[in-house]
This record gives sequence, C-alpha cells and structure tokens, in this order.
Amino acid sequence: MNHPIEFVALIGRAFLGFLATAGRLVLFALEGTTHIFRPPFYFRLIRRQMVDIGYYSMPVVGMTGLFAGMVLALQSYTGFARFSAEGAVATVVVLSMTRELGPVLAGLMVAGRIGASMAAEIGTMRVTEQIDALTTLSTNPFKYLIAPRLLAGFTMLPFLVLTADIIGIFGGYVVSVYKLDFNAANYLKRSWEFLEFLDVFSGLVKASVFGFLVALMGCYHGFNSKRGAQGVGAATTNAVVSASILILIFNYIITELFFSK
Amino acid sequence: MADAKKTNKGPKIQLRDVHKAFGAKQVLRGVNLDVGEAESVVIIGGSGTGKSVTLKCILGLLQADKGSIKVAGEEVAGLESGPDRDRLNAKFGMLFQHAALFDSLRVWENVAFSLTAGHGMGRDQAREIAMKKMALVGLSSKVGDLYPAELSSGMQKRVGLARAIAPDPEIIFFDEPTTGLDPIMSDVINELIVTCVKEVGCSALSITHDMVSARRIGDRIAMLYQGKIIWAGPVNQIDRSGNEYVDQFINGRAEGPIEMLVRAL
Ligand SMILES: Nc1ncnc2c1ncn2[C@@H]1O[C@H](COP(=O)(O)OP(=O)(O)OP(=O)(O)O)[C@@H](O)[C@H]1O
Ligand SMILES: [Mg+2]
Repeated sequence: MNHPIEFVALIGRAFLGFLATAGRLVLFALEGTTHIFRPPFYFRLIRRQMVDIGYYSMPVVGMTGLFAGMVLALQSYTGFARFSAEGAVATVVVLSMTRELGPVLAGLMVAGRIGASMAAEIGTMRVTEQIDALTTLSTNPFKYLIAPRLLAGFTMLPFLVLTADIIGIFGGYVVSVYKLDFNAANYLKRSWEFLEFLDVFSGLVKASVFGFLVALMGCYHGFNSKRGAQGVGAATTNAVVSASILILIFNYIITELFFSK
Repeated sequence: MADAKKTNKGPKIQLRDVHKAFGAKQVLRGVNLDVGEAESVVIIGGSGTGKSVTLKCILGLLQADKGSIKVAGEEVAGLESGPDRDRLNAKFGMLFQHAALFDSLRVWENVAFSLTAGHGMGRDQAREIAMKKMALVGLSSKVGDLYPAELSSGMQKRVGLARAIAPDPEIIFFDEPTTGLDPIMSDVINELIVTCVKEVGCSALSITHDMVSARRIGDRIAMLYQGKIIWAGPVNQIDRSGNEYVDQFINGRAEGPIEMLVRAL
C-alpha cells in the first residue's frame, strides 16, 4: 500500500545525495583552485604534472586525432557521394575536428590516461596515510597535490587539442588526396575557406574545461578514496566514468553557449 | 624531577575525557592523559584499542567527538586544517605506524621534506641535514638516493623516524617505533628516543607493544583498555601496578581478565 510513498522517498533520497555530492565537489574545486593563486608555489610539482599531461599524452592524443580525421574523410566522402556533395569533405573534416572531435576525443583519452592515474596515485597516498603525513609536516595537501594537477590539466589540454586538430586535419588530407583522388591544392583551399577563428577557439575553450574536469575528478575521487586496494580501484573507476560523462555534458553546454543563435 | 617541571610549566599535552566513535563503534570513551615538558610517555594496550586513533586526534588528523585536547595550554580539539593547525603541526614530529613515506620522492627527500617544503631551505643544505639524521637511525648515505619502495619495512620505519626528527620538533609522536626491527636495531632506536628526550628536551608520546622498549624509553606508562586509560604511572612501578589487566598485558598471558575474542578450536 505504501509502495508509492517509498518510491518517492527513494527518489528524494537519491536527489539529496546528488546535491550533497555536487556541493562537496564544488567546495573541493574551490579550495583546490584558490591554492593555485596563493603562495608558496611548488614549481617542481607543477612542471612535473604539466610534462606528464602535456607531453606524455601526445602519442595517444595524436593517434586518436589521426584516425579520427582519416575516418571522417572516408565516411563523409562515401556519404556525401550519394547527393554529389563530395566537395564538402574538406570543410566537414576541418570543422568537425576543431569544434567537436578534437576536444572530445582528446578529453576522453586524457580522462582514461590522466584521470585514472591521478585517482590511483592520490588514492594510494590516502590509504597509506601519506596525505596524513603531509598534514603533519605542515604542508597543505590541497596546495601540494590538488592545485598543481588542476592547473596542469587546465593549461595543457588546449595544446593537446591543437595537436589533435592539426594531425586530424592532416589525416583527412592524406586520405582525401591519396585515396580519394582529390586535388591537393583545391582540398587545402576548401579547408581554409570556411574555417573561422571561433571554430578553433571554442574547441580550445572546451579543452581547458575538459582538462580541468579530468584533473578534478581524478583528484576528488582519489582524495576521498576508501580504505584498501578495493577503495583505490573504485576511486579510479569513478574518476574515469564521471570525467567522461561530465565531458560529454559540458561539451553540449559549451557548444550551446558558442553556437546557438 | 619530571613532576617538578610539570608543575612549573603545565603539561605539554593534556587530554581530558576524549571520545571518538566510528559510526556505532565507540573507540575512545573518555581518555585522560598528560605528557609533561621533556617527559616521555608510552601508551600500551591491545591491538585495536585505539592507540593510533588517540595520536591522530591530537594531531588533528581525526576530530574527537567530545572532550578537550590541549597542547602547551592551548585548546586544539576542533582545530581543523588552516594556518593555526599548520603552526601547531610545525611543533610536532610524527612517525606513522606504517611509515607513510612519500613513494614518489627519494629517501633523502622524504627525510628533508619539512625543511624543503615547509621552510624553503635549499636542496643542498637540506640534503646534508637529511644525511645526518639518517646516520642517527643507522642508515648509510647510499640509501638516501633510493626510493622508499626499494627498502625493507624496517628500513622504511627508520626513514620515517628520521623524517619525524628532522625539523627538531618540540613534541614527537612515535607509533610503534621498534616494530619490525631486529633487537639490536631496536636498541639503537630506543637509545635515539631517549637522547631526544633527555638531551634535546623534547616531549615524546610513543605507542608500543614491545615491553622492553617501553621500559627503556618511557618515564611513564599508560595502559589503554576499552577506550580509557585504566592505569598510568612511573615506569618503575609497572610491575607493582596492582592492576590485573596491566599484569596480564606486560607478562603476555593469554589467561586473565582481558578477554581476547577468539574461540578455541
Ligand atoms: N578511519 C577509520 N575508520 C573506521 N574505523 C577506524 C578508523 N581508524 C581506526 N578505526 C577503528 O578504531 C579502532 C582502533 O584503531 P587503532 O588503529 O587506533 O588501533 P591500535 O590501538 O593502534 O591497534 P594496533 O596496535 O593494532 O595498531 C579499530 O577497531 C579500527 O577498526
Ligand atoms: Mg596502531
């Protein structure tokens, strides 16, 4: 008889739980972000994170961009051939890469690579009491662990995405010219013709936001990791899944902000 | 002697009626404990009675549910992270039960951590001090360039000890300093703790299961049982405590008032 009530209560509880988590997350992000601007600064740590995110992610992100650009050319060519619009292939490749595929694919790849490793590293530090040890050594864990990662995520992703864009467009060019027999000069001209500053810029803004989200999710889940190896495993999974979902949600929101008239 | 100092300056650490629970599980149920200036107090007690939790409450890593914790007369219970907590922690040195070394840093960087990160000391100078502290705990300078994962657990423990004493703290906490060490190295460490207290004049609060070590390093011994300090007194009175729980514990007998939750086969 009281089933409907229980059902409503369940939804209510889930909703309250969601709000509580969102609140904790915002506080966590604020605390981490403010430490970016307050001395002392740990330049060694910031540099190490930047190299780890910006440099060592290049191969993965580059490969992703290359094949995305290649398949894009192939698919749009075969699709557009049905209504004799093959000429649009260059434009499709360049716009799709800079606006959407570059940032989203790079973001997702980095979520898997960086988000997971951040959650695992910080989670292990939590369960082996290294974070407690930081506190007893008068070092704020937010300043020492969280702030450098947020900063590196935020600043490095645009560079990665720019690389992915360029490699992706190049991949599209290679397929179009060498496999689909486009005229090279014509293809290049078509590529530039319709590209606007906003296309690239919006992609880079997305990149910054995604980088911040990935680092935030890795840090947050690692920092709040429960005890033991199982806890760290769960933190890693949660970091990757939540970062990926947030990337897709924010991708929509930012696209809407930039391009909906 | 220690008592005379105590009345002069008041206790360095004072716990009154400290309670701590994890969910429904009451771990501390009213702990009272004093550590005087330049005094070394040892907490003994069965596994899982809340000895480490007591230390973490003093250090602010856990927040006590109830009660008062004073450090040098200043109330610190409820003092969460912030500049005040950092200033307080700068007086403390802590050896964690499982060492808790930073595994992304080399051994010497671990030992020098409070100097480089906290005081902004140059790396060369910090390294020199770290090497000296490592020599005190019987670690050669070759060990300094290794990573913690490359050390045995007894060596890690000693690195943790060196890290705890590196900034010359006023108050040191040792969570089982001699566990996992061979008898000779244990004695070296005991000696080191005694030196810290007697010569440097810091206060020490240690946890140990090792009665040999407890007798060596402690001025006073306190026994924690079921969330309370059931006996505390000078180390030379521990054999005449008149407390059957203490007697059973220090003599390591399975039979007695302390019931272990095990069933016979
Ligand atoms: N973070 C925590 N969350 C939940 N329970 C905890 C936590 N820390 C400690 N406990 C519980 O508190 C009790 C006391 O733990 P504590 O680590 O203080 O024991 P101990 O006296 O140091 O034992 P040992 O001699 O084995 O180190 C244990 O039963 C433990 O399960
Ligand atoms: Mg313990």
